[in-house]
Amino acid sequence: MTAKARPVRLPGGVSLRIERRALAVGALLVLAAFAMSVLLIGTGDFDIAPWDVVQTLFGNGTPANDFIVNDLRLPRVLVALLVGAALGMAGAVFQSVTRNPLGSPDLLGFSYGSAVGALVVIILLKGSATEVAAGALLGGLLAGAAVYLLAYKRGIHGYRLVLVGIGASAMLVAVIQYLITKAQLVEASRAMVWLTGSLAGRDWAQVWPLLVTCAVLFPLVLGQSRALRMIEMGDDAAYAVGVRVERTRLLLMLAAILLTTAASAAAGPISFVALAAPQLARRLTRSPGANLLTAALMGSVVLLLSDWASQRAFGADQLPVGVVTGLVGGVYLLWLLVTERKAGRI
Amino acid sequence: MLVESPPESGPSAAPPPDAVARPRHAARAAGLAGAFAVLALIAVLSIAVGAKQMPLDEVWHGLFHYSGTTSDVVVRDLRVPRTLLGLMVGLGLGLSGAVMQALTRNPLAEPGILGVNAGAAAAVVSAISFFGASSLSEFVWWAFLGAAVVSVVVYVLGGSRSATPVRLALAGTAASAALVGYINAVQLMDSKALDKLRFWTVGSLASANMDTVRQVAPFLLVGAVLALSLGRPLNAMAMGDDTARALGANLTRTRVGAMLAITLLCGAATAACGPIVFIGLMIPHLVRVFTGPDMRWVLAYSAVLSPVLLLGADVVGRVVTRPAELQVGIVTALIGGPVFIYLVRRKRMAQL
Repeated sequence: MTAKARPVRLPGGVSLRIERRALAVGALLVLAAFAMSVLLIGTGDFDIAPWDVVQTLFGNGTPANDFIVNDLRLPRVLVALLVGAALGMAGAVFQSVTRNPLGSPDLLGFSYGSAVGALVVIILLKGSATEVAAGALLGGLLAGAAVYLLAYKRGIHGYRLVLVGIGASAMLVAVIQYLITKAQLVEASRAMVWLTGSLAGRDWAQVWPLLVTCAVLFPLVLGQSRALRMIEMGDDAAYAVGVRVERTRLLLMLAAILLTTAASAAAGPISFVALAAPQLARRLTRSPGANLLTAALMGSVVLLLSDWASQRAFGADQLPVGVVTGLVGGVYLLWLLVTERKAGRI
Repeated sequence: MLVESPPESGPSAAPPPDAVARPRHAARAAGLAGAFAVLALIAVLSIAVGAKQMPLDEVWHGLFHYSGTTSDVVVRDLRVPRTLLGLMVGLGLGLSGAVMQALTRNPLAEPGILGVNAGAAAAVVSAISFFGASSLSEFVWWAFLGAAVVSVVVYVLGGSRSATPVRLALAGTAASAALVGYINAVQLMDSKALDKLRFWTVGSLASANMDTVRQVAPFLLVGAVLALSLGRPLNAMAMGDDTARALGANLTRTRVGAMLAITLLCGAATAACGPIVFIGLMIPHLVRVFTGPDMRWVLAYSAVLSPVLLLGADVVGRVVTRPAELQVGIVTALIGGPVFIYLVRRKRMAQL
């Protein structure tokens, strides 16, 4: 598992400023993600001991274990890892670009755009899972482009972007609701599961597109991290040190929208990970700024934990993982609003 | 705009206030009468237009010479309650939007944006799924509870007195996002509730009947009277807390009264027909173009014109996808979204 995920993370390992605390936090998060993955792979209808899981992952397992681990459970865990990382990094980018801890894709309307795309395919076209993913990708990109263009007025201002996103979200929600009322109950249920975000039944078909997206976009975003830090200090300051602000911002936002929609396409709009992971990362590393790589790792850990909770915490009923992130995220959000207000940041 | 601006700037330049204020007063009163006429017209339209085409004399017959024909039944038992409910809910949403904008000094405040609708909806969803509530008389109380809790929470989280519009909008949107997640989760775990709720959560007048009208009317009436009585203190508060205090306004009483009015109006409106967004945003903004900032006029005009928008949206929804219906909540969101974005783009960011 890590053999596949590690090359993606390597560019950050040679990031420009290596701080000891950030490095320690990063290492801990990698360990935590690995431990959670082994735990997740090992639990289910047929439990496998952690050591056997590790053995099997490195190709030394029994044929039965090999089938369960590599064909059934590993893809789901990989999707969780990648979706979490993509959402974490996208959230960090958005929060830096909008200079607002709440400026995450959850609140900007892109997720709703993906949802509209997916629902059109589910309800109107009755399409397959792959077609649903394509619809989600297209919908998210269109919504992202529309919000960017509507918010553009001699440059993008963070607050305007957030508020335009809120307006666009309201309209997209109306479309979603219209589609749901039009549907038969069976399709409405399928749509609701998609809307909540779920990792159930994910296989290698979802892993590969996500992996490729992350492999292309992570280095690109990380390469802009210094410019992003400058933009955070204000457009004027960034111009002064030679950052081409509008172009960098467009590039970074495009990458973040792509990451978000790719994640939505694979697992549905899983809420609050993009919002929470960057904030948690920032608090753990105690360093200001975007903490892109830590945020991505934190996203993976948060999603894996949520997935474990969704399978375990409610007895026989397996909830979609989006329900867990939604419930935990709601509480977290209230806390964030209170602390941010005390600190005078929003 | 160009035509209007000279009289607007006139009084501040040349100071005989009484001479100018009186004709303006008359113009506003005349405008209000005109608004009433529009409201009457749209109410008739709402009774006349629907899946069954009906000439006006049949409508008249159904209203005043009821004799039990099919059209009479349609008019009396379907169209009239629906129109009455639309009138009341529109009034509730518009007034609460106007009060919210004044209370928070936030041009973007609106029951939908600030999460109050979502709070009421979440409470009703819980009531249906966990406490077996099935009738409107139960929904109303749950909706009040949800609306009250969320309006207080958002107001406090948004920073109460030091709230900036952006902070409040974010607090409200965040609360809505969390609540909508919760609503989705409940619907997902309980497919019977999903079937019942997916129509209610959209916001629709389609299931209106006289019972609904009778049950929510008292709450909306009390809320409306309360809201309309707050015009003067809200005017004082617009000048800032210190000036308001100096003018003799009781700030705490005004705030509590405003919150109570918002809760009653929003809670009852949401309980009756599900969360409907943006009415409370659009109408007060539109109204201020005619009335200026005086809250007494803003409230009066909002009370008349908000039902016009809601009923208009409902009629449009009945016509565009015939024979099916587009729920009124969807129509208002599709109209309101662009208006919201326009307002955001127009304002200078320093004002937000």
